[in-house]
Amino acid sequence: MSDNSSTLRGWLRAEVTTSPRHAALQRFYFGWLRLKGNPLALFGLSVLLFLIVVAILAPVIAPVGFNDQSLTRRLLPPSAEHWFGTDELGRDVFSRIVWGSRITLYISCLVAIIAAPVGLAVGTTAGYFGGWTDTVLMRVNDIFLSFPGLILALAFVAALGPGIENAVIAIALTAWPPIARLARAETLTVRSSDYIAAVRIQGASPARIILKHIVPMCIPSVVVRITLNMAGIILTAAGLGFLGLGAQPPLPEWGAMLSTGRQSMLQAWWLAAIPGLAILTTSLAFNLFGDGLRDVLDPRSE
Amino acid sequence: MAEPKAAAGQPPAAAPSSSLPRWVRPLLRQLASVAVTLLGLMALAFFIGRMLPLDPVIAIVGEQAEKETYDMVYRQLGLDRPLWQQFLFFIRDMLSGDFGNALFTGNRVADDLKRVFPATIELATFAIMIGVGIGVPVGVLAAVYRDSPLDHSVRFIGLLGYSSPTFWLGLMGLIVFYAWLDLVGGPGRLDVSYIDMVEPVTGLLTVDALLVGEYDVFWNTLSHMILPGTILGYSSMAYISRMTRSFMLEQLGQEYVTAARVKGQSKWRVVWRHAFRNILVQLITVIALAYAFLLEGAVLTETVFAWPGFGRYLTSGILAGDMNAVLACVLIIGVIFVALNLLSDLLYRLLDPRTK
Repeated sequence: MSDNSSTLRGWLRAEVTTSPRHAALQRFYFGWLRLKGNPLALFGLSVLLFLIVVAILAPVIAPVGFNDQSLTRRLLPPSAEHWFGTDELGRDVFSRIVWGSRITLYISCLVAIIAAPVGLAVGTTAGYFGGWTDTVLMRVNDIFLSFPGLILALAFVAALGPGIENAVIAIALTAWPPIARLARAETLTVRSSDYIAAVRIQGASPARIILKHIVPMCIPSVVVRITLNMAGIILTAAGLGFLGLGAQPPLPEWGAMLSTGRQSMLQAWWLAAIPGLAILTTSLAFNLFGDGLRDVLDPRSE
Repeated sequence: MAEPKAAAGQPPAAAPSSSLPRWVRPLLRQLASVAVTLLGLMALAFFIGRMLPLDPVIAIVGEQAEKETYDMVYRQLGLDRPLWQQFLFFIRDMLSGDFGNALFTGNRVADDLKRVFPATIELATFAIMIGVGIGVPVGVLAAVYRDSPLDHSVRFIGLLGYSSPTFWLGLMGLIVFYAWLDLVGGPGRLDVSYIDMVEPVTGLLTVDALLVGEYDVFWNTLSHMILPGTILGYSSMAYISRMTRSFMLEQLGQEYVTAARVKGQSKWRVVWRHAFRNILVQLITVIALAYAFLLEGAVLTETVFAWPGFGRYLTSGILAGDMNAVLACVLIIGVIFVALNLLSDLLYRLLDPRTK
């Protein structure tokens, strides 16, 4: 081993780790090696990275702004000048798709940032305390789970009013229950282990035990679940946009673009085809990457 | 809904008398939990209704109403009472099926729902037939030929089904098969010339048309249904084939399969008569769930295809800001989900000898 440890690869493969950080990096490295063996997951990951780059560099990549109209150049088919054609107001569809990637990423990240902590908090609390806390919290959870996501999101948007922020809140409200259920199941498996008992005997408060010793155990499976659910979240957001309840025109949200493109789609097929392909690619990428991530982080399932 | 209420009335902790069969107690517990869930559904719906920024009184009387009219309607709606009383009234109305009036159609919501529901049921039934008819055999084949090209392509097609926005598939379907190829009927349930030719009996146009022998109408409505039905069925096909595959894999890995093969039975006999039989119960629960999820898919599919069903009613209600209609739809979907879950649980208990 000592002859290996001088190289980075050798350090990452060392049989005895020297520090927690070393162990973490090593786990990350082995996970990466396993992910590398799964071409579909790699494809998903590269599509997502590409999307992030496009969203960051949107002002550079997009030839024009998302709402630059040119009424003389309406409904032009895809060409060298307008890769994805133009829409009913003469706006460049390619530019709108590029700008729209920002909205999609914005919505999905925000939903994950809201839903994951809420789900984790509810699930670990219910699982750790058990008894009445568990019964009440899981009952509430069941009520949310007894609606299909889109319907519940529709109901919340109906009450809150249309708009991106409200769509995010509505989707987040429908996204936390599966995470809570998962976190609870994970908590139940570690709750009675010796290391938790040891921490408790040392006098740690329940909050400390949950935050420092239970939540970290739940994170891998929660990350997998969030990634897989992201596909559904993107489809729901696009569905809300399509129904006119999410992002409002002229914002180039892909679902909203489909909904406005619908009126002229029989003469201009690209107005329907392109935004839908963008949605499909993104949600497929999340599904593929999530599947691969599950095999890496959570080898028990499947 | 009467049954769960009755169960809730009994103290859940009551000790079962020893004469009761063993399955009664878990059943009672389950019914009680269903009752609690339903109560929670109504609380959630009530809460959503309260969040609404619109003033429900102005929605009825209009902006220019006199102060007295406003106050009268305010009291009629019970808005002057404490919140918990309003909630009790709400529960009473919902349980008696009184969802109030839909402002955007001018009818009672309950009557509207009776009119639009059959259209959705017809579409969803067509879709589930496609989902089961293709999904189950394909899932079995994928399990038998595990890791073959067939298995991989089934998995990939399924993944595409999970990842596609159904409303987009609908739009593309309309462009290709209706506008370009002219193979199927367009939006709506019928061509204009056929509308009102058949008196609604069941509300299912295909059935009604066959009942009175109007075969033209039958073929016309079928040509309108085939595209939305297939697209809707695609997503449930993806789900059903995936679940069938994993159930079958579990069975095929067991020793009784090897034993049956060693006894000299043919491969396909073992697959269908032995393994497939054992997954039937699980499969029924999956199909019940898939059917429930079709209602969700219907919201978007119906909007695309101008299908005058439940989903389009819900979205028009939302766009019109009509809370009575929206809450009724949401509650009904919640109740259907709870009921289907309960039903599949009960089926499991009744049919699967292993749970006894």
